[in-house]
Amino acid sequence: MADLVAVSITVNGKLYEKAVEPRLLLSDFLRHELRLTGTHVGCEHGVCGACTILLDGKAVRSCLIFTIQATGQEILTIEGLADLVEGPAWHPLQEAFRETHGLQCGFCTPGFLMTLIPFLEENPDPTEEEIREALSGNLCRCTGYQNIVKAVRMAATALKEGAK
Amino acid sequence: MIIVQDFEYFKPESIEEAVGLLSKYGDGGRVLAGGTDLVSLLADGAVQAEALVDIKGISALGDIAFENGVLTIGSLATFSDLIASDVVKSEFPLTWEMPLTVASVGIRNRATPVGNICSAVPCCDTGPILLVYDAEVLVTGPGGDRSVPIADWFVGPRQTVRGPGELVTGVRVTKPGKKHGGCFVKLRRYKGEDLAQASVSVLALEGNEYRISFGSVAPKPIRGTRIEALLNGYDLTDKLLKKAVDLVDGEISPITDIRATAEYRSHMCKVMLKRGLRAAVDRMNGGGPAYGTEVI
Repeated sequence: MADLVAVSITVNGKLYEKAVEPRLLLSDFLRHELRLTGTHVGCEHGVCGACTILLDGKAVRSCLIFTIQATGQEILTIEGLADLVEGPAWHPLQEAFRETHGLQCGFCTPGFLMTLIPFLEENPDPTEEEIREALSGNLCRCTGYQNIVKAVRMAATALKEGAK
Repeated sequence: MIIVQDFEYFKPESIEEAVGLLSKYGDGGRVLAGGTDLVSLLADGAVQAEALVDIKGISALGDIAFENGVLTIGSLATFSDLIASDVVKSEFPLTWEMPLTVASVGIRNRATPVGNICSAVPCCDTGPILLVYDAEVLVTGPGGDRSVPIADWFVGPRQTVRGPGELVTGVRVTKPGKKHGGCFVKLRRYKGEDLAQASVSVLALEGNEYRISFGSVAPKPIRGTRIEALLNGYDLTDKLLKKAVDLVDGEISPITDIRATAEYRSHMCKVMLKRGLRAAVDRMNGGGPAYGTEVI
Protein backbone atom coordinates (compact mmCIF):
# COMPACT_ATOMS: atom_id res chain seq x y z
CA MET A 1 0.00 0.00 0.00
CA ALA A 2 1.20 3.51 -0.77
CA ASP A 3 2.24 5.58 2.23
CA LEU A 4 -0.46 7.61 3.89
CA VAL A 5 -0.24 11.33 3.21
CA ALA A 6 -1.10 14.09 5.66
CA VAL A 7 -3.91 16.44 4.68
CA SER A 8 -5.17 19.55 6.36
CA ILE A 9 -8.47 20.72 4.98
CA THR A 10 -11.00 23.24 6.25
CA VAL A 11 -14.57 22.07 5.74
CA ASN A 12 -17.45 24.38 6.60
CA GLY A 13 -15.13 26.48 8.75
CA LYS A 14 -13.67 23.57 10.72
CA LEU A 15 -10.08 22.41 10.21
CA TYR A 16 -9.55 18.67 9.77
CA GLU A 17 -6.08 17.10 9.90
CA LYS A 18 -5.97 13.50 8.76
CA ALA A 19 -3.71 10.92 7.16
CA VAL A 20 -5.24 9.44 3.99
CA GLU A 21 -4.31 7.18 1.10
CA PRO A 22 -3.42 9.09 -2.07
CA ARG A 23 -6.21 7.26 -3.93
CA LEU A 24 -8.96 8.49 -1.58
CA LEU A 25 -11.43 10.64 -3.51
CA LEU A 26 -12.56 13.89 -1.93
CA SER A 27 -16.19 12.78 -2.18
CA ASP A 28 -15.36 9.65 -0.16
CA PHE A 29 -13.30 11.66 2.34
CA LEU A 30 -16.26 13.94 3.01
CA ARG A 31 -18.76 11.13 3.28
CA HIS A 32 -16.82 8.33 4.94
CA GLU A 33 -14.07 10.05 6.93
CA LEU A 34 -15.95 13.18 8.03
CA ARG A 35 -19.43 11.60 7.85
CA LEU A 36 -20.73 14.62 5.95
CA THR A 37 -23.13 12.58 3.85
CA GLY A 38 -25.00 15.54 2.39
CA THR A 39 -22.59 15.51 -0.57
CA HIS A 40 -24.14 12.85 -2.76
CA VAL A 41 -22.36 10.54 -5.15
CA GLY A 42 -24.10 9.68 -8.41
CA CYS A 43 -22.18 8.81 -11.57
CA GLU A 44 -18.65 9.23 -10.17
CA HIS A 45 -17.51 10.35 -13.61
CA GLY A 46 -18.09 14.07 -13.26
CA VAL A 47 -21.24 14.04 -15.36
CA CYS A 48 -24.22 14.21 -12.98
CA GLY A 49 -23.09 17.03 -10.69
CA ALA A 50 -24.55 15.47 -7.50
CA CYS A 51 -21.18 15.65 -5.69
CA THR A 52 -20.60 19.35 -6.43
CA ILE A 53 -18.94 21.27 -3.58
CA LEU A 54 -17.15 24.60 -3.35
CA LEU A 55 -13.35 24.40 -3.28
CA ASP A 56 -11.90 27.80 -2.44
CA GLY A 57 -15.22 29.27 -3.56
CA LYS A 58 -15.40 27.51 -6.94
CA ALA A 59 -17.93 24.83 -7.83
CA VAL A 60 -16.13 21.55 -8.53
CA ARG A 61 -16.90 17.83 -8.76
CA SER A 62 -15.62 16.20 -5.57
CA CYS A 63 -15.66 12.77 -7.28
CA LEU A 64 -12.90 13.88 -9.69
CA ILE A 65 -10.50 15.22 -7.06
CA PHE A 66 -8.19 13.29 -4.77
CA THR A 67 -8.35 14.36 -1.13
CA ILE A 68 -4.64 15.14 -1.12
CA GLN A 69 -5.17 17.70 -3.90
CA ALA A 70 -7.40 19.73 -1.59
CA THR A 71 -4.92 20.05 1.24
CA GLY A 72 -4.53 23.62 2.45
CA GLN A 73 -7.81 24.61 0.80
CA GLU A 74 -11.26 25.53 2.04
CA ILE A 75 -14.36 23.52 1.28
CA LEU A 76 -18.00 24.37 1.63
CA THR A 77 -20.53 21.53 1.51
CA ILE A 78 -24.31 21.53 1.74
CA GLU A 79 -24.04 21.10 5.52
CA GLY A 80 -22.39 24.53 5.78
CA LEU A 81 -24.82 26.36 3.51
CA ALA A 82 -27.29 27.57 6.15
CA ASP A 83 -24.39 28.99 8.17
CA LEU A 84 -23.76 31.51 5.38
CA VAL A 85 -26.79 33.44 6.62
CA GLU A 86 -27.33 34.69 10.14
CA GLY A 87 -29.77 33.12 12.57
CA PRO A 88 -31.45 29.72 12.53
CA ALA A 89 -32.95 30.23 9.05
CA TRP A 90 -32.05 28.29 5.96
CA HIS A 91 -30.15 29.86 3.14
CA PRO A 92 -32.49 31.66 0.68
CA LEU A 93 -31.68 29.01 -1.95
CA GLN A 94 -32.79 26.22 0.37
CA GLU A 95 -35.91 28.18 1.28
CA ALA A 96 -36.72 28.79 -2.39
CA PHE A 97 -36.30 25.13 -3.35
CA ARG A 98 -38.69 24.14 -0.56
CA GLU A 99 -41.18 26.87 -1.39
CA THR A 100 -41.38 26.11 -5.15
CA HIS A 101 -41.16 22.33 -4.80
CA GLY A 102 -37.82 22.42 -6.61
CA LEU A 103 -37.02 18.91 -5.48
CA GLN A 104 -38.74 15.56 -5.29
CA CYS A 105 -36.43 12.74 -4.22
CA GLY A 106 -33.75 15.27 -3.28
CA PHE A 107 -30.74 13.21 -4.35
CA CYS A 108 -29.45 15.81 -6.83
CA THR A 109 -30.40 18.82 -4.71
CA PRO A 110 -27.15 19.40 -2.76
CA GLY A 111 -25.24 19.52 -6.06
CA PHE A 112 -27.70 22.00 -7.54
CA LEU A 113 -27.49 24.27 -4.52
CA MET A 114 -23.70 24.27 -4.42
CA THR A 115 -23.50 25.02 -8.17
CA LEU A 116 -25.90 27.92 -7.67
CA ILE A 117 -24.04 29.67 -4.85
CA PRO A 118 -21.17 31.08 -6.98
CA PHE A 119 -23.48 31.45 -9.99
CA LEU A 120 -25.82 33.85 -8.18
CA GLU A 121 -22.87 35.71 -6.67
CA GLU A 122 -21.47 36.37 -10.15
CA ASN A 123 -24.84 36.87 -11.80
CA PRO A 124 -27.40 38.15 -9.26
CA ASP A 125 -30.10 38.77 -11.88
CA PRO A 126 -29.91 35.87 -14.37
CA THR A 127 -32.20 35.26 -17.33
CA GLU A 128 -33.98 31.93 -17.64
CA GLU A 129 -31.55 30.89 -20.37
CA GLU A 130 -28.58 31.72 -18.17
CA ILE A 131 -30.10 29.72 -15.31
CA ARG A 132 -30.66 26.71 -17.53
CA GLU A 133 -27.14 26.89 -18.92
CA ALA A 134 -25.66 27.23 -15.43
CA LEU A 135 -27.54 24.11 -14.36
CA SER A 136 -26.75 22.09 -17.47
CA GLY A 137 -24.07 20.17 -15.58
CA ASN A 138 -26.48 19.00 -12.88
CA LEU A 139 -28.86 16.19 -13.69
CA CYS A 140 -32.28 15.83 -12.05
CA ARG A 141 -34.48 12.87 -12.98
CA CYS A 142 -37.59 13.87 -10.98
CA THR A 143 -38.59 17.47 -11.46
CA GLY A 144 -38.21 18.22 -15.16
CA TYR A 145 -36.25 21.28 -13.99
CA GLN A 146 -39.24 23.68 -14.22
CA ASN A 147 -39.54 24.21 -10.48
CA ILE A 148 -35.78 24.33 -10.07
CA VAL A 149 -35.66 27.30 -12.45
CA LYS A 150 -38.50 28.91 -10.47
CA ALA A 151 -36.55 28.34 -7.26
CA VAL A 152 -33.47 30.04 -8.67
CA ARG A 153 -35.49 33.10 -9.64
CA MET A 154 -37.08 33.27 -6.21
CA ALA A 155 -33.71 32.88 -4.50
CA ALA A 156 -32.14 35.53 -6.72
CA THR A 157 -34.86 37.99 -5.70
CA ALA A 158 -34.51 37.09 -2.02
CA LEU A 159 -30.73 37.42 -2.12
CA LYS A 160 -30.97 40.83 -3.80
CA GLU A 161 -33.44 42.05 -1.20
CA GLY A 162 -31.27 40.65 1.58
CA ALA A 163 -28.28 42.53 0.19
CA LYS A 164 -30.10 45.87 0.33
CA MET B 1 -16.16 4.44 -4.58
CA ILE B 2 -12.69 3.34 -3.60
CA ILE B 3 -10.27 3.29 -6.50
CA VAL B 4 -8.95 -0.25 -6.57
CA GLN B 5 -5.43 0.44 -7.77
CA ASP B 6 -2.77 1.84 -5.53
CA PHE B 7 -0.27 4.54 -6.45
CA GLU B 8 2.19 6.99 -4.94
CA TYR B 9 1.51 10.73 -4.98
CA PHE B 10 4.12 13.42 -5.60
CA LYS B 11 3.75 17.17 -5.73
CA PRO B 12 7.00 18.57 -7.13
CA GLU B 13 7.75 22.28 -6.90
CA SER B 14 9.91 22.55 -10.00
CA ILE B 15 9.71 21.42 -13.62
CA GLU B 16 13.06 19.60 -13.25
CA GLU B 17 11.75 17.62 -10.30
CA ALA B 18 8.59 16.68 -12.21
CA VAL B 19 10.60 15.55 -15.24
CA GLY B 20 12.84 13.50 -12.92
CA LEU B 21 9.81 11.71 -11.45
CA LEU B 22 8.21 11.11 -14.85
CA SER B 23 11.51 9.70 -16.16
CA LYS B 24 11.88 7.44 -13.13
CA TYR B 25 8.39 5.96 -13.34
CA GLY B 26 8.13 5.75 -17.15
CA ASP B 27 4.71 4.55 -18.32
CA GLY B 28 3.60 4.19 -14.69
CA GLY B 29 4.03 7.91 -14.03
CA ARG B 30 0.99 10.03 -14.75
CA VAL B 31 0.76 13.81 -14.84
CA LEU B 32 -2.09 15.16 -12.72
CA ALA B 33 -3.34 18.72 -13.33
CA GLY B 34 -7.14 19.19 -13.33
CA GLY B 35 -7.67 15.45 -13.10
CA THR B 36 -11.10 15.53 -14.74
CA ASP B 37 -10.03 12.90 -17.29
CA LEU B 38 -7.37 11.01 -15.34
CA VAL B 39 -9.34 10.39 -12.13
CA SER B 40 -12.20 8.80 -13.99
CA LEU B 41 -9.82 6.63 -16.06
CA LEU B 42 -8.06 5.49 -12.89
CA ALA B 43 -11.41 4.70 -11.27
CA ASP B 44 -12.42 2.62 -14.30
CA GLY B 45 -9.07 0.84 -14.40
CA ALA B 46 -8.63 2.06 -17.99
CA VAL B 47 -5.30 3.58 -16.94
CA GLN B 48 -2.78 1.97 -14.60
CA ALA B 49 -0.54 4.26 -12.54
CA GLU B 50 2.33 3.67 -10.17
CA ALA B 51 2.81 7.33 -9.37
CA LEU B 52 0.79 10.51 -9.84
CA VAL B 53 2.82 13.65 -10.40
CA ASP B 54 0.62 16.57 -9.35
CA ILE B 55 2.00 19.61 -11.21
CA LYS B 56 -0.17 22.18 -9.44
CA GLY B 57 2.65 23.05 -7.06
CA ILE B 58 4.96 24.20 -9.87
CA SER B 59 4.65 27.98 -9.89
CA ALA B 60 6.86 28.27 -13.01
CA LEU B 61 4.12 26.66 -15.11
CA GLY B 62 1.98 29.76 -14.83
CA ASP B 63 -1.43 30.44 -16.24
CA ILE B 64 -2.08 32.79 -19.16
CA ALA B 65 0.40 35.38 -20.46
CA PHE B 66 0.34 37.70 -23.50
CA GLU B 67 3.47 39.39 -24.75
CA ASN B 68 4.53 40.70 -28.17
CA GLY B 69 1.53 39.19 -29.89
CA VAL B 70 2.14 35.74 -28.43
CA LEU B 71 -0.28 34.07 -26.02
CA THR B 72 1.12 31.43 -23.70
CA ILE B 73 -1.41 29.14 -22.07
CA GLY B 74 0.37 27.45 -19.18
CA SER B 75 -0.37 23.88 -18.16
CA LEU B 76 -2.21 25.05 -15.05
CA ALA B 77 -4.65 27.39 -16.82
CA THR B 78 -8.22 26.07 -16.72
CA PHE B 79 -11.01 26.47 -19.26
CA SER B 80 -12.62 28.91 -16.81
CA ASP B 81 -9.39 30.95 -16.84
CA LEU B 82 -9.60 31.25 -20.65
CA ILE B 83 -13.20 32.49 -20.43
CA ALA B 84 -12.28 35.00 -17.70
CA SER B 85 -9.26 36.37 -19.60
CA ASP B 86 -9.81 39.78 -21.22
CA VAL B 87 -6.78 39.35 -23.47
CA VAL B 88 -8.00 35.98 -24.74
CA LYS B 89 -11.42 37.47 -25.43
CA SER B 90 -10.09 40.49 -27.31
CA GLU B 91 -7.07 39.02 -29.14
CA PHE B 92 -7.89 35.32 -29.60
CA PRO B 93 -11.69 35.21 -29.84
CA LEU B 94 -11.78 31.62 -31.10
CA THR B 95 -9.81 30.51 -28.04
CA TRP B 96 -12.38 32.36 -25.94
CA GLU B 97 -15.43 30.98 -27.77
CA MET B 98 -14.39 27.33 -27.57
CA PRO B 99 -14.33 26.84 -23.76
CA LEU B 100 -17.86 28.25 -23.44
CA THR B 101 -19.03 24.95 -24.94
CA VAL B 102 -16.79 22.66 -22.90
CA ALA B 103 -18.70 20.53 -20.37
CA SER B 104 -20.12 22.55 -17.46
CA VAL B 105 -18.83 25.10 -14.98
CA GLY B 106 -17.90 22.45 -12.40
CA ILE B 107 -15.60 20.77 -14.94
CA ARG B 108 -14.28 23.98 -16.53
CA ASN B 109 -13.11 25.16 -13.10
CA ARG B 110 -10.69 22.21 -12.95
CA ALA B 111 -10.05 20.93 -16.49
CA THR B 112 -7.17 22.44 -18.47
CA PRO B 113 -6.76 23.05 -22.22
CA VAL B 114 -3.24 21.58 -22.02
CA GLY B 115 -4.62 18.46 -20.34
CA ASN B 116 -7.16 18.31 -23.15
CA ILE B 117 -4.48 18.02 -25.85
CA CYS B 118 -2.45 15.59 -23.70
CA SER B 119 -5.35 13.19 -23.17
CA ALA B 120 -5.86 13.63 -26.93
CA VAL B 121 -9.29 12.11 -27.34
CA PRO B 122 -10.55 12.56 -30.92
CA CYS B 123 -13.46 14.69 -29.67
CA CYS B 124 -11.29 17.19 -27.78
CA ASP B 125 -12.17 20.84 -28.43
CA THR B 126 -8.78 22.42 -27.76
CA GLY B 127 -6.95 20.59 -30.56
CA PRO B 128 -9.02 21.91 -33.48
CA ILE B 129 -8.78 25.50 -32.19
CA LEU B 130 -5.01 25.33 -31.82
CA LEU B 131 -4.74 23.83 -35.32
CA VAL B 132 -6.20 26.89 -37.04
CA TYR B 133 -3.89 29.18 -35.06
CA ASP B 134 -0.85 27.01 -35.98
CA ALA B 135 -0.01 26.84 -32.26
CA GLU B 136 3.06 25.20 -30.76
CA VAL B 137 3.19 22.75 -27.86
CA LEU B 138 5.98 23.51 -25.37
CA VAL B 139 7.60 20.39 -24.00
CA THR B 140 10.37 19.86 -21.45
CA GLY B 141 12.03 16.51 -20.89
CA PRO B 142 15.21 14.68 -20.03
CA GLY B 143 16.66 15.81 -23.39
CA GLY B 144 15.87 19.49 -22.82
CA ASP B 145 13.17 21.76 -24.21
CA ARG B 146 11.43 21.44 -27.56
CA SER B 147 8.41 22.93 -29.24
CA VAL B 148 6.13 20.83 -31.41
CA PRO B 149 3.83 22.30 -34.06
CA ILE B 150 0.28 21.33 -33.08
CA ALA B 151 -0.16 19.74 -36.53
CA ASP B 152 2.50 17.17 -35.55
CA TRP B 153 1.30 16.70 -31.97
CA PHE B 154 -1.56 14.21 -32.29
CA VAL B 155 -0.81 10.66 -33.41
CA GLY B 156 -4.20 8.98 -32.91
CA PRO B 157 -6.86 8.43 -30.26
CA ARG B 158 -5.24 9.17 -26.88
CA GLN B 159 -1.81 9.22 -28.52
CA THR B 160 0.57 12.12 -28.90
CA VAL B 161 4.27 12.54 -29.65
CA ARG B 162 5.00 13.28 -25.98
CA GLY B 163 8.01 11.12 -25.13
CA PRO B 164 9.02 9.27 -21.94
CA GLY B 165 9.71 11.63 -19.07
CA GLU B 166 8.38 14.64 -20.97
CA LEU B 167 6.12 17.28 -19.47
CA VAL B 168 4.05 19.75 -21.47
CA THR B 169 4.59 23.16 -19.91
CA GLY B 170 2.15 25.06 -22.09
CA VAL B 171 1.05 26.02 -25.59
CA ARG B 172 2.09 29.09 -27.54
CA VAL B 173 -0.41 30.80 -29.83
CA THR B 174 0.73 33.61 -32.11
CA LYS B 175 -1.83 36.25 -33.00
CA PRO B 176 -2.32 36.32 -36.78
CA GLY B 177 -0.68 39.41 -38.28
CA LYS B 178 -3.73 40.26 -40.39
CA LYS B 179 -7.28 41.26 -39.58
CA HIS B 180 -9.22 38.06 -38.95
CA GLY B 181 -12.39 36.50 -37.61
CA GLY B 182 -13.19 33.03 -36.35
CA CYS B 183 -15.99 30.66 -35.53
CA PHE B 184 -16.06 27.50 -33.44
CA VAL B 185 -19.05 25.34 -34.31
CA LYS B 186 -19.72 22.42 -31.98
CA LEU B 187 -22.46 19.88 -32.47
CA ARG B 188 -23.74 18.25 -29.29
CA ARG B 189 -26.97 16.78 -28.05
CA TYR B 190 -27.73 19.64 -25.70
CA LYS B 191 -26.04 22.72 -24.31
CA GLY B 192 -24.18 21.42 -21.32
CA GLU B 193 -22.35 18.37 -20.16
CA ASP B 194 -21.73 16.76 -23.55
CA LEU B 195 -18.80 15.98 -25.77
CA ALA B 196 -18.61 17.03 -29.41
CA GLN B 197 -20.43 14.85 -31.90
CA ALA B 198 -18.51 16.89 -34.44
CA SER B 199 -16.82 20.28 -34.46
CA VAL B 200 -15.67 22.69 -37.16
CA SER B 201 -13.26 25.55 -36.47
CA VAL B 202 -12.78 28.34 -38.98
CA LEU B 203 -10.32 31.22 -39.01
CA ALA B 204 -10.81 33.68 -41.86
CA LEU B 205 -8.03 36.20 -42.54
CA GLU B 206 -8.01 39.36 -44.59
CA GLY B 207 -7.05 38.73 -48.21
CA ASN B 208 -9.25 35.64 -48.56
CA GLU B 209 -7.17 33.26 -46.50
CA TYR B 210 -9.00 30.49 -44.71
CA ARG B 211 -7.95 27.97 -42.08
CA ILE B 212 -10.29 25.11 -41.28
CA SER B 213 -10.16 22.20 -38.85
CA PHE B 214 -12.44 19.36 -37.80
CA GLY B 215 -12.86 17.59 -34.45
CA SER B 216 -14.53 14.31 -33.51
CA VAL B 217 -14.71 13.11 -37.13
CA ALA B 218 -11.28 11.47 -37.49
CA PRO B 219 -8.85 9.59 -35.20
CA LYS B 220 -7.41 12.98 -34.25
CA PRO B 221 -8.19 16.67 -34.83
CA ILE B 222 -7.41 17.48 -38.47
CA ARG B 223 -6.96 20.48 -40.79
CA GLY B 224 -9.13 20.63 -43.88
CA THR B 225 -6.23 21.30 -46.20
CA ARG B 226 -7.98 20.49 -49.49
CA ILE B 227 -10.86 22.78 -48.62
CA GLU B 228 -8.42 25.54 -47.65
CA ALA B 229 -6.61 25.14 -50.97
CA LEU B 230 -9.90 25.47 -52.84
CA LEU B 231 -11.00 28.59 -50.94
CA ASN B 232 -7.76 30.51 -50.54
CA GLY B 233 -7.65 33.60 -52.69
CA TYR B 234 -11.38 33.78 -53.35
CA ASP B 235 -14.40 35.57 -51.93
CA LEU B 236 -16.95 33.27 -50.33
CA THR B 237 -19.74 32.87 -52.87
CA ASP B 238 -22.61 30.41 -52.70
CA LYS B 239 -21.10 28.57 -55.64
CA LEU B 240 -17.71 28.30 -53.93
CA LEU B 241 -19.30 27.18 -50.66
CA LYS B 242 -21.04 24.37 -52.49
CA LYS B 243 -17.72 23.22 -53.94
CA ALA B 244 -16.15 23.39 -50.45
CA VAL B 245 -18.94 21.30 -48.99
CA ASP B 246 -18.38 18.68 -51.70
CA LEU B 247 -14.83 18.21 -50.40
CA VAL B 248 -15.83 17.55 -46.77
CA ASP B 249 -16.24 13.78 -47.11
CA GLY B 250 -12.75 13.54 -48.56
CA GLU B 251 -11.28 15.21 -45.47
CA ILE B 252 -13.08 13.48 -42.61
CA SER B 253 -13.50 9.84 -41.60
CA PRO B 254 -16.29 9.80 -39.00
CA ILE B 255 -17.39 6.67 -37.16
CA THR B 256 -20.73 5.60 -35.72
CA ASP B 257 -20.68 5.47 -31.93
CA ILE B 258 -22.88 6.12 -28.90
CA ARG B 259 -23.07 9.85 -29.65
CA ALA B 260 -23.91 9.92 -33.36
CA THR B 261 -23.88 7.96 -36.61
CA ALA B 262 -21.19 8.47 -39.21
CA GLU B 263 -23.85 9.65 -41.68
CA TYR B 264 -25.19 12.29 -39.30
CA ARG B 265 -21.69 13.55 -38.51
CA SER B 266 -20.85 13.78 -42.20
CA HIS B 267 -24.06 15.64 -43.04
CA MET B 268 -23.72 18.05 -40.15
CA CYS B 269 -20.07 18.83 -40.86
CA LYS B 270 -21.17 20.26 -44.20
CA VAL B 271 -23.84 22.44 -42.60
CA MET B 272 -21.41 23.53 -39.88
CA LEU B 273 -18.66 24.34 -42.38
CA LYS B 274 -20.97 26.61 -44.38
CA ARG B 275 -22.28 28.44 -41.31
CA GLY B 276 -18.85 28.62 -39.71
CA LEU B 277 -17.23 30.10 -42.80
CA ARG B 278 -19.96 32.71 -43.21
CA ALA B 279 -19.86 33.69 -39.52
CA ALA B 280 -16.04 33.91 -39.50
CA VAL B 281 -15.99 36.20 -42.53
CA ASP B 282 -18.85 38.35 -41.16
CA ARG B 283 -17.08 38.65 -37.82
CA MET B 284 -13.83 39.63 -39.53
CA ASN B 285 -15.76 42.45 -41.19
CA GLY B 286 -17.20 43.64 -37.89
CA GLY B 287 -20.63 42.00 -38.24
CA GLY B 288 -22.09 38.56 -37.78
CA PRO B 289 -23.22 36.95 -34.55
CA ALA B 290 -21.32 38.01 -31.41
CA TYR B 291 -18.61 35.60 -30.27
CA GLY B 292 -20.16 33.03 -27.98
CA THR B 293 -23.39 32.95 -29.99
CA GLU B 294 -23.73 29.49 -31.43
CA VAL B 295 -24.48 29.22 -35.13
CA ILE B 296 -25.94 25.72 -34.85
